[in-house]
Amino acid sequence: MHRTGELYGQFQTLEQQKESATLGMWIFLVTEVLFFGGMFLTYTINRHYFFTAFGIGSNTLDITLGTVNTIVLIMSSFTMAMAVWSAQTGKKKLVPLFLILTLSLGCVFLGIKFVEYKQKFEHHLIPGRNFDITYRSSRPAPGDDPKEIALEKEEVEKALASDPDADSHAQLYFSLYFAMTGLHALHMLVGVGLIVWLIKASLRGRFTPQYNTPVEIVGLYWHFVDIVWIYLFPLLYLIDRHR
Amino acid sequence: MPEHSEHIVSPKIYLTIFLALILGTGLTTWAAFRNFGPFNIVIALAIATAKATLVVLFFMHARYGERRTRLVIVCALFWLAIMLALTLSDYQTRQPRMSRLISRAAYYAA
Repeated sequence: MHRTGELYGQFQTLEQQKESATLGMWIFLVTEVLFFGGMFLTYTINRHYFFTAFGIGSNTLDITLGTVNTIVLIMSSFTMAMAVWSAQTGKKKLVPLFLILTLSLGCVFLGIKFVEYKQKFEHHLIPGRNFDITYRSSRPAPGDDPKEIALEKEEVEKALASDPDADSHAQLYFSLYFAMTGLHALHMLVGVGLIVWLIKASLRGRFTPQYNTPVEIVGLYWHFVDIVWIYLFPLLYLIDRHR
Repeated sequence: MPEHSEHIVSPKIYLTIFLALILGTGLTTWAAFRNFGPFNIVIALAIATAKATLVVLFFMHARYGERRTRLVIVCALFWLAIMLALTLSDYQTRQPRMSRLISRAAYYAA
């Protein structure tokens, strides 16, 4: 394609090129809003019908890991915004630095998510044949808080007594939990890949106050993924903590 | 066409927004452990929406961007609202009738 410096042939100015790219990214994000919106809607409807089972499922999630992950992701959004600022103001050395920070925080988030998924496997909370909502409360591990376990046991027994399908409904909660957090994690992985690409380009000093569109639009994507988590965190982790 | 210079958001504003987001996270976690009855979910969603708005306005530069960008954002919310409102109203209104039909069918079957 014909190109003069950073300006592609179909655009008249760098400004116009940047506006087009930004608009394109925003339109992609609209489709993402509706994509995730559908999942949130499914979650809301099922939560409405299977209130108790969803509450039990939600309370098995590790609130500390969830909160730490939320803070990690917000920090990564901040460092991403700072990377955009560095590129816009021509601080060439700071761009890769902030991008590497963002990348590391993104990886920390994924690592914590991995630990959480592993816990769910160990507690037999993966939907399917071996799913067992009573597993964890009937086999407390040495590190577990006995009060929490007793509370969970009582809750599970009460739910199963009033609704014989509570186990299936809890599976529904975990199906949605894995679908939604998994889809979010997939977006994080894509973001991590994009940031690696940005780091490489920024180390070659490609981003300047005149040309920084890639940093800007990957930033938009990264912040969007942060917003999805901002909603996932209260809806998945916090819905029934006040029991 | 004159080139209008882009707006550069200062690190000070980014830092303020960052701290506000951390505060919001603390607040929502704190509120989740208090019993506000039916308002727990309202509070959680209100805080999440406030946080998301800060991210969109400042981190994503919507506050400083062109009107066209804002139009795209409003469109996203509008279509999302259509999806949520119509689907939820369908579930809200159809279900009782469905269960009535089911119980009637059970009555005739017996």
